[in-house]
Amino acid sequence: MSYLTKIKNEFSEKIKSTTNLSEINQFKLDLFGKEGLVSSEFKKIGSIAESERKKFASDLNLIKDDLNELLNSRIKEIEIKQINIKLEKEKIDVTLPERNFSRGKIHPVSQTIDEISSIFSEIGFNVEEGPDVENEYNNFTALNTPDNHPARDMHDTFYLDVKKEKLLRTHTSPVQIRTMMKGKAPFKIIAPGRTYRSDSDQTHSPMFHQVEGLHIDKNINMGDLKGCLNYFIKEFFEVDKIKMRFRPSHFPFTEPSAEVDIGYEIKDGKIIIGEGDKWLEILGCGMVHPNVLKNVKVDPKKYQGYAFGIGIDRLAMLKYGINDLRSFFECDYRWLNHFGFDPIDVPTNYRGLSR
Amino acid sequence: MKITYDWLKDHLKTNKSEKILVDKLTDIGLEVESIDDVSSDLDKFLVAKILKAKKHPNADRLKVCNVDIGNKKTCEVVCGAPNAKEGLLTIYAPPGAIIPKNNMKLSVTKIRDVTSYGMLCSEAELNLSNESDGIIELKKNEFDKKVGKKYFQKKNSNLIDLSITPNRPDCLGVRGIARDLAAAGFGKFKIYKQKKIKFRGNKKIKVKISKEKNQGCFAFGSCLINNVKNIESPKWLKDKLISIGQKPISAIVDVTNYIMLDQNRPLHAYDADKIKKGIVIRNSKNGEKFKALNNKEYKLSEGMCVISDGNGVLGLGGIIGGTTTGTEFNTKNVLLESAYFSPRSIRKTSKNLNIDTDAKFRFERGIDPLSIEEGLIKAAELIAEICGGEINKIDIQNISKFKSTEIKFDINSFQKTSGFKISNKVMTKILNDLGFIVKSNRNFLNLKVPSWRPDITQEIDVIEELMRIYGYDKIKLIDPIKDRKTPTLKKSQKLFHFLQRSVAAKGYLEAITWSFTDSRVNDLFKSKNKNIEIVNPISSDLNVLRNSIFSNLIFYLNKNLNRDFKDLSLFEIGPVFYGSNPGEQETVIGGLRSGKVSRLSWIEKERNVDIFDIKKDVFQTLVEAGYEKSKFFVDDKTPDYYHPGKSGRVFLNKGKDKVVAYFGEIHPVIIKKMNIKTESLIGFEIFLDNLKESKKSLKDQKNKFSISDFQKSERDFAFIIDKNFDTQTLIDIIFNTDRELVKDVTIFDVYEGEKIPNGKKSIALNVNIQSLNKPLNEADLEKLNKLIIDNVERKTGAKIRS
Repeated sequence: MSYLTKIKNEFSEKIKSTTNLSEINQFKLDLFGKEGLVSSEFKKIGSIAESERKKFASDLNLIKDDLNELLNSRIKEIEIKQINIKLEKEKIDVTLPERNFSRGKIHPVSQTIDEISSIFSEIGFNVEEGPDVENEYNNFTALNTPDNHPARDMHDTFYLDVKKEKLLRTHTSPVQIRTMMKGKAPFKIIAPGRTYRSDSDQTHSPMFHQVEGLHIDKNINMGDLKGCLNYFIKEFFEVDKIKMRFRPSHFPFTEPSAEVDIGYEIKDGKIIIGEGDKWLEILGCGMVHPNVLKNVKVDPKKYQGYAFGIGIDRLAMLKYGINDLRSFFECDYRWLNHFGFDPIDVPTNYRGLSR
Repeated sequence: MKITYDWLKDHLKTNKSEKILVDKLTDIGLEVESIDDVSSDLDKFLVAKILKAKKHPNADRLKVCNVDIGNKKTCEVVCGAPNAKEGLLTIYAPPGAIIPKNNMKLSVTKIRDVTSYGMLCSEAELNLSNESDGIIELKKNEFDKKVGKKYFQKKNSNLIDLSITPNRPDCLGVRGIARDLAAAGFGKFKIYKQKKIKFRGNKKIKVKISKEKNQGCFAFGSCLINNVKNIESPKWLKDKLISIGQKPISAIVDVTNYIMLDQNRPLHAYDADKIKKGIVIRNSKNGEKFKALNNKEYKLSEGMCVISDGNGVLGLGGIIGGTTTGTEFNTKNVLLESAYFSPRSIRKTSKNLNIDTDAKFRFERGIDPLSIEEGLIKAAELIAEICGGEINKIDIQNISKFKSTEIKFDINSFQKTSGFKISNKVMTKILNDLGFIVKSNRNFLNLKVPSWRPDITQEIDVIEELMRIYGYDKIKLIDPIKDRKTPTLKKSQKLFHFLQRSVAAKGYLEAITWSFTDSRVNDLFKSKNKNIEIVNPISSDLNVLRNSIFSNLIFYLNKNLNRDFKDLSLFEIGPVFYGSNPGEQETVIGGLRSGKVSRLSWIEKERNVDIFDIKKDVFQTLVEAGYEKSKFFVDDKTPDYYHPGKSGRVFLNKGKDKVVAYFGEIHPVIIKKMNIKTESLIGFEIFLDNLKESKKSLKDQKNKFSISDFQKSERDFAFIIDKNFDTQTLIDIIFNTDRELVKDVTIFDVYEGEKIPNGKKSIALNVNIQSLNKPLNEADLEKLNKLIIDNVERKTGAKIRS
């Protein structure tokens, strides 16, 4: 066995048996350092007889490569082992709780308004708004409800002055008046917002929410109204079909007027919309009265159309199984958390209204 | 409006079921509110006979009666009636029965230690009359064989309660409802034919309608009936009134009520002998008084339509009669009134005096002006039939003549509104059935509107009638077109939705609270605003419009704290008001946080929520909404409900803008006043109307994308500066030293105390430097370094800390 082979064997053995990185580095030095065993051999190459030189050099390189490889792989091995030991030490209980996070919520009424806007957006309605404080003219007179009209009694009105000229709007219909006064036909708007009536009991709250709809154009008739509401109700309740009934009624600002019922049934204590033989009133609507159009300087001979008013809170109650209207405004943290929606959950057409 | 099917059948020939009736009523717009089975309650009342009546062992005035209740059963009943005696036939109510007078449900009770099984009833208790002294005494020959039988005959007809819309006065009478039903194909309308009446005399009481401005009475018909004997109404009439929940009073009053309910023709009956020197219908004078039949005295103001005689006001025409001339059982001569009062006058007076009666309700909606005579004759005949007496010739005074409404109806208008077609023949039939007189004229129908339909004045009213009777179910559904010509939301609306969700995303729960609030709470937050009072608040603690978003929010936050929640984040977005005129409102987002951050955390240090938490929420929200943080300007001038030293206000730009937000601790005095118990309470307000809307949309707002790949450098500085010096200004100065090279300034330490002179603070900051165009060498950096220090020292009086 040549000297070289001997070195190789000896160090191979040493490298394999150690688990210590610094020892390995020492071996590296011993072999390939300036005065290292292998390095020294390389220095000898020049002094070796020419006939043997080639073989010597080739053997030496071979041994050098082998040892180098051995060293490197051993280093890697040891490093991995050491990391593993470190990782083992660092292990923690991942079942401990995460850092606190608080989740905000959107109120069901706001979510419902966004759902409604999203649905009507698809069929070309845009959103209008009006002030909460209205004058008596916009809230009543312009809507064909003059002072001596008994229909005024159906609205228990909050007044802000003794003369009863300023009031909290009792419905969103004055937005119709404002919109038509400032614009030019055609009109196709919805107007969601706060409304007020001095009425408070189990099913009435002095403040509630309505959404007004108005579509005025040249040839809009009751069939369009029926189609629009049918579309809306189906989309809103996210059902394939609904049962809907138009019932004659009376509002001073529409004629003909209708109240709309939807069919429902109670299954396992839950309300199912669109099935069953019970009826539930959900909105009032009709063709805008020619007197109203005249009041806002729209020519009823050229233009006609429909309007509707829907109780938003009631829609939210039906869709999301909320029993008590008054709980909407009591701000109970538990209630808000339970019925609220994640802020990222924006109702859209492409993703669907609700998850 | 309450009706029964039986009563309807007086006017309607039909044999359809009640279920079909109810559906039909709803279909034609006479909404059925409820159907009450009244008869079942009354079924329990039995004819009974007292077998023995002995004195109650523990009470002198009570008797213990042994009562035969039929079917060989007897029971013990304790009774206080003086007339309870052996052999008396009376009416027995068993335990479980509901007494009509007070709706009390009977149960087995002990009265002074004697158990009583049920009750023996007086007429008053059964709403049969006002007789409450003693129990009912039934006639022996009539009821002796009926012991144990039901006293009230089982009625087949349920009580149907209709919600009649205010445009349909004609349906406030059973006959009007029948007419509508018949037009819609439900049965055949029985047309009432007026019989010739023979008047027995020409006596009358002189009536004059004074001709004055705003006279509320247009016509006044009267009929004097002499020598009547006012008695209890016959059973058929009593039953009729009871069947719809009315209380029979006396024949004369019952007859007038019956005509009103049946034909919507209100009448009034006077005791003619109590009228002094004829009747004048005139406007009231200020201060006149009268006592109404509801036993209240009213003081009138000027211009109310009154019926008066030589002694003064007898009644308010069409609203309520007075006590002085009311009929009683001893009334001998009756004057019947059948008049027309204008809805406007009725409404004005009744609102003013706050009186609501059946007559007022009807006159206010409009009574058939041509029904005066028919009503008088029908009532007079009935009274004479029941009470005897001689009917005198009818007298009708009027100051204006009724003229029928005529409408030229364009046949095509129907389809234009309804979207479907019906034939002329069908149109004509429906209108005829409703009482219109129809003359066809090519494309038009010339219509004469029936006098009982004051609501029909123009074409659209006729269209509604046709659609209603023909059926709304015939309306063909036209699917909407999915087409959008204008954007759904305006910029301000988009901002609203964006901010709403942005704040919620920071852990706040959205609340919705009233727009009105308690002035006592509002006072704490209204700053310089005046209270905007509601004239008729629903309760004293909701008496003003809110001047601040906090007024209600803080109240409800406190409620939740009292529920034992501690670390709360609540917000609301909505209107606050600064005046009582329409539009004097602005949209605000207000948020409140209470308690601690990381309460009871195993990993993080617990601390109170503080102003910089909420400042972060405000800034992040504004930045997310697209506003540039580097331009924000903050100072410390805030409203008085914030902690004066721990609150700030935010502008989008230095100097020239409106306040867009406040943030800070809620003033400790308010926390104390409202008795709020929490470690910390911080709030913010963002004023949406003060946020400028960028004219550009987001796609245009993005700057050209330019980044630098040249080496970034950082330099740390520490300055010793006046304690009250704004860090904001310091940062500005550093940025302005070289707008191009200074990329960011970060404050990493603020320190006061040891080694720092009194009245000073040390601010340590890190400056991030990078050039867009070239690599910076040591000399460049050194130059900037020096510039920054020079600038800061010169402009602020600060000293660099060595």
